[in-house]
Amino acid sequence: MQTFEANDDGPLLAPIELTSRRFWIFAGALLTIGLWGAFAWWTQLRRGLSVTGLNAPVFWGLYITNFVFFIGISHAGTLISAILRLAHAEWRRSITRAAEVITVLVLFFGMGCVILDLGRPDRVLNVLRSGNFTSPLLWDVTSVACYLTASTIYLFLPLIPDIAILRDRMPSRRWLYRPLALGWTGTEKQVRRLDRAIAVMAVIVIPIAVSVHTVVSWVFAMTVQPMWHSTIFGPYFVVGAIFSGIGAIIIAMAIIRKAYHLEQYLKPIHFNNLGLLLLVMCLLWFYFTFAEFLTTYYGGEPMHMLVFLSKTEGKFSPLFWTMVVTCFVIPFVLLANRRTRTQIWGTVAASISVEIGMWLERFLIVVPSLSNPRIPLTAPSYVPSWVEWSLFAAFVSMFILLYAVFTKFFPIVSIWEIREGREHSVSEVTTRVLSYLPEAANE
Amino acid sequence: MARWGMVIDLDRCTACQACVVACQVENNIPVAGQSDSDRGRGISWIRLAPFNEGEHGTRPGLRLVPIPCMHCEKPPCTKVCPVKATSIGKEGIVAQVYARCIGCRYCTTACPYTVRRFNWKLPEWPDPMGEGLSPDVSVRPRGVVEKCSFCHHRLQNARDKAAIEGRALRDGDYMPACVESCPAEAMFFGDLDDPRSVVTRLEAGPRAFRLLEELGTKPKVIYLSKGESGADV
Ligand code: SF4
Ligand code: SF4
Repeated sequence: MQTFEANDDGPLLAPIELTSRRFWIFAGALLTIGLWGAFAWWTQLRRGLSVTGLNAPVFWGLYITNFVFFIGISHAGTLISAILRLAHAEWRRSITRAAEVITVLVLFFGMGCVILDLGRPDRVLNVLRSGNFTSPLLWDVTSVACYLTASTIYLFLPLIPDIAILRDRMPSRRWLYRPLALGWTGTEKQVRRLDRAIAVMAVIVIPIAVSVHTVVSWVFAMTVQPMWHSTIFGPYFVVGAIFSGIGAIIIAMAIIRKAYHLEQYLKPIHFNNLGLLLLVMCLLWFYFTFAEFLTTYYGGEPMHMLVFLSKTEGKFSPLFWTMVVTCFVIPFVLLANRRTRTQIWGTVAASISVEIGMWLERFLIVVPSLSNPRIPLTAPSYVPSWVEWSLFAAFVSMFILLYAVFTKFFPIVSIWEIREGREHSVSEVTTRVLSYLPEAANE
Repeated sequence: MARWGMVIDLDRCTACQACVVACQVENNIPVAGQSDSDRGRGISWIRLAPFNEGEHGTRPGLRLVPIPCMHCEKPPCTKVCPVKATSIGKEGIVAQVYARCIGCRYCTTACPYTVRRFNWKLPEWPDPMGEGLSPDVSVRPRGVVEKCSFCHHRLQNARDKAAIEGRALRDGDYMPACVESCPAEAMFFGDLDDPRSVVTRLEAGPRAFRLLEELGTKPKVIYLSKGESGADV
């Protein structure tokens, strides 16, 4: 059996204890984009949604696209981490935290997109005051609120032992870590309780995560509009969400690995394993897309065909075929090929391609259906304005900034889980594997 | 209780758009300038939608059909509103509460007839039109959705009048501005539950049809198809 040297996991604490000049420059750049976005939002508040490129009938555009996209990204973190934890996938240990943070942070930006889209953001509390539960938007508010709560708890629980480590190491930040550590000392009883709590949350979080994106899809599917009113939308959106979410985890991991020199913790094998999951989602995505489009085409209802053709050969066709290439062709080639998948650049390139493709997919769900109303209405094509693009850029930047700030306060790779892996799991897994074998004694 | 409905005879309609103009004036609908209209930001509660007619190449033509809010019996728009800012009343009129609407535009995308409009900016009128606004109809703020109300304020007045006269409201007590203005007399309005009303008689006729009937929205705007002479009017 292999043995491990004692290790204090110093590299995992380094980002918290030291902040380089490069970090400040990076944060400054992100903040600048964020401020530009604030200016764009102020412009929109002052002059109303007339500063967007929206019109009648394209009442929804970039904001709603981004809403679906961001909520989709939020999927992977908690869901993947929960599944890997429940499946006792040992390679999860160094990636779960990085994934869970994505979920919690990006949810805020997803909901933020809806606020941006409101004509009367000042009245948003009407949703609580006189909520109408027949509206899928209300279902959305409810399930996103549940998801945010559950995934915050699910992020926080495994953080507790690490916070205790920091509490003991960094007296200058005791004010922050002491209350958050909840008196953790690592007694056997505490460990047992924590393990249970994490396991329970992992089970609870999975159905909530699935519900979130299902409900997002129902915002569209519950209307009778062509190519929205589809029973496949729930699972289709969930698959797309996990697909784009895994891509986001891979990109985040690659950046963390480079920036904080965590090559020892985030190894090519981690990228390879996530790459395999991404490949599975890529094939599922293709299957769903194919099923959806073939059904529409074969049925050939004129109204549906209008939307269908505007995607496949009309004015949205450049975007549509780019989507097919970036969501399927590129990632499939890169990930099905062992030579490229086992390289970090290979999985990262596939992930970037998937992000572009999935964003286009969301755009192509929202805009073409609205652009082809059943009762003709002449209007110019929807072209997003600078305000919409700026707010998109600002949201992405602020998300990255908050993520970076998180890594400055908490270890982005779970220290205690790595230690636990080193100290217990190796023998545990050996026993487990042995128990599968025919020569093992029956219990 | 009345169930208000409208009948539009496509045989008589000349697509003159008098209804559109009457509605703009009656309901204090802001005037979009050239650039806003070009950007698809104009507001009107009734529009003439161009339908292609005839097979390609054989009998090309365009038919213009007036499209107000259909005041669906089963409106897809009211279900999706997250704040109950739009709802169907006892007399079947689908109303919009401007003071509560959060401007999410879910109703506008859910309406299969695309008749709802959004206030992209503050309402504007060229001088001196802004001074002649109707006191009966509230001017909408920026950021909310509006649509045809079947001239709800007229119904209100009719109801008051009936109350003063000490009788129940009945068919013929009121009609929306578009119906009143139609020079071709192609539009009819009344109580669809009253067996003796003109609209009920027309609704039962052979030419009557509804738009997108297959969606099950049960519109209360009924069309009379073109082609067979209007003997049944
Ligand atoms: S026509 Fe549209 S706006 Fe009018 S009631 Fe029907 S769904 Fe609602
Ligand atoms: S735009 Fe207003 S009326 Fe329409 S769904 Fe949203 S809140 Fe309701």
